[in-house]
Amino acid sequence: MASSHAQSQPMHALSIKNLSKTYSNGVVALNGIDLDVEDGDFFALLGPNGAGKTTVIGILTSLINRTSGEITVFGHNLSVEREVVKNCIGVVPQELNLNQWDNVFNCVLHCAGFYGIPRKEAKVRTQQCLEELQLWDRRTETARNLSGGMKRRLMIARALVHKPRLLILDEPTAGVDIEIRRSMWDYLKHINEMGTTIILTTHYLEEAENLCRHVGIIDAGRIVENDHMSAVLRKLHQEMFVLSLKEPLSDQRKLKGFNYKELNETEIEVQVFHDQDLNTLFDALSEAGISVLSMRNKRNRLEELFMRLVERREQEHIQKVIHPEINV
Amino acid sequence: MQQFVALKTIARKEVVRILRIWMQTIVPPVITMSLYFIIFGNLIGRRVGEMGGFEYMQFMAPGLIMMSVITNSYGNVVSSFFAAKFQRHLEEMLVAPVSNSVIIIGHMAGGVARGLTVGAVVTVVALFFTEVNVQHPLIAFSILFLTSMVFSLGGMINAIFATKFDDISIIPSFVLGPLTYLGGVFYTTALLPDFWAKLSALNPILYMVNGFRYGVIGVSDIDIVTAYTIIIIFLLLGFATCSFLLSRGIGIRE
Repeated sequence: MASSHAQSQPMHALSIKNLSKTYSNGVVALNGIDLDVEDGDFFALLGPNGAGKTTVIGILTSLINRTSGEITVFGHNLSVEREVVKNCIGVVPQELNLNQWDNVFNCVLHCAGFYGIPRKEAKVRTQQCLEELQLWDRRTETARNLSGGMKRRLMIARALVHKPRLLILDEPTAGVDIEIRRSMWDYLKHINEMGTTIILTTHYLEEAENLCRHVGIIDAGRIVENDHMSAVLRKLHQEMFVLSLKEPLSDQRKLKGFNYKELNETEIEVQVFHDQDLNTLFDALSEAGISVLSMRNKRNRLEELFMRLVERREQEHIQKVIHPEINV
Repeated sequence: MQQFVALKTIARKEVVRILRIWMQTIVPPVITMSLYFIIFGNLIGRRVGEMGGFEYMQFMAPGLIMMSVITNSYGNVVSSFFAAKFQRHLEEMLVAPVSNSVIIIGHMAGGVARGLTVGAVVTVVALFFTEVNVQHPLIAFSILFLTSMVFSLGGMINAIFATKFDDISIIPSFVLGPLTYLGGVFYTTALLPDFWAKLSALNPILYMVNGFRYGVIGVSDIDIVTAYTIIIIFLLLGFATCSFLLSRGIGIRE
């Protein structure tokens, strides 16, 4: 994690050292990754499809055997204290893995039983989890009759019933409508504030930027970025803003000092470098007599950075494959 | 304590599943066995006369009870475990601190519950056709119980290796069925020519059927101690195999 935190030596919720995984078909999914997640953190693990995110989670949750490497969770070594580690972790997998024929209540209740929670207490906890995730009214329905969003929430309830210290969410909001997604964000923020460490993988980078304090970007089995969210975002040297104008831009009214292009009559796209501030942009707009109705980022900032990192790696790969001397 | 709660949870889940789909788990085997009693016992059996010194129906009843226990114990675990694997909700158990032994015993409990339930109902059906005076109740029950455990483990091994639904019907159709029919359910090996009688001795189900028959009507082609020994060996082998497969993650982990 960030070097600035090294001095205080915070308790690591998760520490991964030199983790590698080569599948039986020869595919190298993880190539010696190191990753630390602090206790109480909300950590985003990002990467394109096939980057190795789900493999990391599979290894953490004992669903995938690792080839080499060490994993400790709250100081407990996965190889030595597997049961203790399992008790610390709750997981919401990417793919639905509910027993479709169980009712909602039993889906959670059975899971509590697997963690050794006595039935009486398990029933109380099940009710709490279902109420918190607004599923208590649906408790007698079979899981297969729930909507996609409800199934996702049920999986979260199931992952939380044993009160894990570390919650791993593998694309929990995939295919969920915006309203439910935002209510899930609120709930995740709440449980993180209550002390649960959360590791989140998502393809919605807006989600990661809104929720997470630290981010790790994994690509082709390697960690290519791992830092505080704000530090990562600072690495963007420029941002693109789209401005909606009150009136069409005329030849007489030009924006000075900024690169921009006209998207249509009343929209322009402006490039702002990090050594330029937005006040300068607004001054330039006022000087040119341009009235702005609204302003937005062209692309989510994290998405921008993510795309650059991934594109850079692809270019390096092409460079190696085609010819080292040909510039792509 | 944690493992005990987990074991109770798996066992309860399995039993609830059996009861929830009782039209698939309990009724069909009872109908099949009733037809066996009517056709082989009542209609054909009258012409067969005595077998091993007993009325054919009396001789056949323990075999049919054992056959239903074997197929249902096996069928319950193979379908339940494979469905859990296929729908991926087996992962619930794999990510939780449930030991492999608990996973095995929990599913075995489900197989035994279904096997013995169907066996009990088939026994009631048999009472409509013949007298069932159990000569050695403890032996009869223990053989039935142990056999049910053996085939529950067999079902689990099948489910672990299965990758598609076809795979869970191949063993029952091409291995389990023939071995059961040739395991002395309908006849005594005394009727077989020497070569076939010796070949039958390689069939483990022969020991189970005859052990149970000894418990019920007091006659057997096999020494009862040999029957217990064979069953216990298969039980230990089955458990060890399941433990090995789960610990290596074969068929369930990458």
